[in-house]
Amino acid sequence: MKTPTLQALGFRTVSLVGHLGCIVVFIGEVVTYAVRRPFRARRLVNEVFDVGVLSLAIVCLSGATVGAVLGLQGYNTLSRFGAEGSLGAVVGLSLVRELGPVLTALLVTGRAGSAMAAEIASMVTTQQLDGLRMMSINPVDFVVTPKALAMLIAMPMLNALFIVFALFGGYLVGVVLLGVDSGVYVASLEHAITFEDDVAGTLLKSGIFGALVGCIATYRGYISEPTSAGVSAATTGTVVTASVAVLLADYVITALWGV
Amino acid sequence: MQASPKRDLTVGLFVMLGLAAIGYLSIQVGGVTYSGPGGLTIYATFDEVGGLKPRAPVAVAGVSVGQVKRIELDSDLRARVTLDLDPNLELSADTSASIRTSGLLGDQFVALEPGSEDEILRPGEEIAYTESALLLERLIGRFVHDSGVRTD
Amino acid sequence: MDERICVEDIFLSLGDRKVFRGFSCCFGRGQISIVMGGSGAGKSTLLRLLAGLQRPDRGSIRVAGEEITRLSERELFRVRDHIGMLFQGGALLDSMTVYENVALPLREHTRLAEPDIAAEVGRRLAAVGLPDTEPLYPRQLSGGMLRRAALARAIVTDPEIVLCDEPFSGLDPVNVRRIEHLLTDLSRKLGLTLILTSHHLPSSLRMADHIVFMVDGQALCGSPAELLASDDKRVSEFLEAEHNGHPRPAPGATGVWQAPS
Repeated sequence: MKTPTLQALGFRTVSLVGHLGCIVVFIGEVVTYAVRRPFRARRLVNEVFDVGVLSLAIVCLSGATVGAVLGLQGYNTLSRFGAEGSLGAVVGLSLVRELGPVLTALLVTGRAGSAMAAEIASMVTTQQLDGLRMMSINPVDFVVTPKALAMLIAMPMLNALFIVFALFGGYLVGVVLLGVDSGVYVASLEHAITFEDDVAGTLLKSGIFGALVGCIATYRGYISEPTSAGVSAATTGTVVTASVAVLLADYVITALWGV
Repeated sequence: MQASPKRDLTVGLFVMLGLAAIGYLSIQVGGVTYSGPGGLTIYATFDEVGGLKPRAPVAVAGVSVGQVKRIELDSDLRARVTLDLDPNLELSADTSASIRTSGLLGDQFVALEPGSEDEILRPGEEIAYTESALLLERLIGRFVHDSGVRTD
Repeated sequence: MDERICVEDIFLSLGDRKVFRGFSCCFGRGQISIVMGGSGAGKSTLLRLLAGLQRPDRGSIRVAGEEITRLSERELFRVRDHIGMLFQGGALLDSMTVYENVALPLREHTRLAEPDIAAEVGRRLAAVGLPDTEPLYPRQLSGGMLRRAALARAIVTDPEIVLCDEPFSGLDPVNVRRIEHLLTDLSRKLGLTLILTSHHLPSSLRMADHIVFMVDGQALCGSPAELLASDDKRVSEFLEAEHNGHPRPAPGATGVWQAPS
């Protein structure tokens, strides 16, 4: 059974490379229309609403919860060494460096990324994109770029909000519940985190994640089959691909940047 | 897209919230550990600086008065630390500088202890008395070694 | 500029199916042409080819004097300035109101001031019989209303050519008549070159100057009278089936619409 498998492998590889080419062209178009007039501010505002505002609830809630868990776990571990005073630093560093950008990206992928892909895919099914082409309007310019851009803009902000809520969650558990001194918590937090090493890194990461998820979600929607099954495939495919991409990118950035 | 003022307001609020969160993290949490005026440059040379990093705080009697600007190796292969201090500070010429750790596992900082001389250190001058960082490993090593010798 | 649309020797396979096998025909300027054929014969695909939304494997398509099979997407945009298309489901953007949908081509491609745009939109919506629908969203419209709104959008920039994909499908007889009169009226008034696909035999025979019958990947063209009188078995089978066993209308009996001389 080696030959059919080899053939299948070869076919897959060729189609993957072709696919990659399509993706690169697609991203090139998205970027081109992002920097070119007209800037479509109104559409951008609407998209930021869909991605950002509508994701606020889940991001903030998850943030507070994750922070609380970190506070609890951190306290349990640190108290064995008598180092409860460093709780702020432990919670803060884990959040800023890794958990904030990655968890925010995964949450937003599930909520807004899948919605984005589904919307575009259903526009393909109902020929709305063809309609735009017939009006001499480029669908990437009109539909895709505002969405991808909105994801890029909203992600760092959602990340920051996640971290802030999580720090608060950690504070609630550590200080209010478990008795760590509030001044010590805040001081160790502020001491351990520096802008250059940590905060800049988190903003960079969430920016890159935003761009990744935005491009993957819109691409999946754009190339979907014009059927209901196509919409569903676009949605689930987005969540899977974007999640994996975020985790891989996280590794690469952490390795290169040393964040 | 309906031009909805309510939606614009919501998005504007979201952006403001987001920027505020970013600002908080950048400035309050991650910000400069010393946020007062700087300008007075004093040098101190140590045999061992341990984990001291640039932008580490410099304190007098526990109060932050500046930060470490630069750490370099001088011609004697000792560590020359550049301190950026509050210009209103008046340090006596026999001030001593030591590298301490805040708490047991905390970051290291430079503690300045004023002396008794009337003469003041001028900008660009060198602190004469320095005490190097205490390395935990050395301490443990000495302890083990000493106790080893004793049981001989 | 030669405003005829000519399709020559088109070959196209979709997947394994050879949809077009040496398809050739011409659509006259200012005429109403109706493309008929069995389901899956490729009528919608033909419109997509004419619109440049699909490329043939082989063959030539000339629209508004230009060969469009070799054009890039940007160049096609230029050609599409002359074409309006009515899709089967309307294809209006569902996130925008009817007003915004019809105004979109004007906002994108003209420098008209907002009051002028409002006037144009109002005029077109009135022409298709939907004067009060401006603030509604597409999901709030019935099928017939949706089509008419989409038609308003298709003609708002005064294109010379209008393509309609199954404008009568799924509509009750009253709405079919309405749209038939609308299209005929507009075409006469504005001198449009109108190309429709349709299953609906009676209205087709009434409206058309020219019928293109698609069968076996090729075209049989002629006036309605010629088609009705055709000896070709495939044509007569289709006509019988469409009529569900009713006697075939005699040529001239259904009052074939007379083309303006």
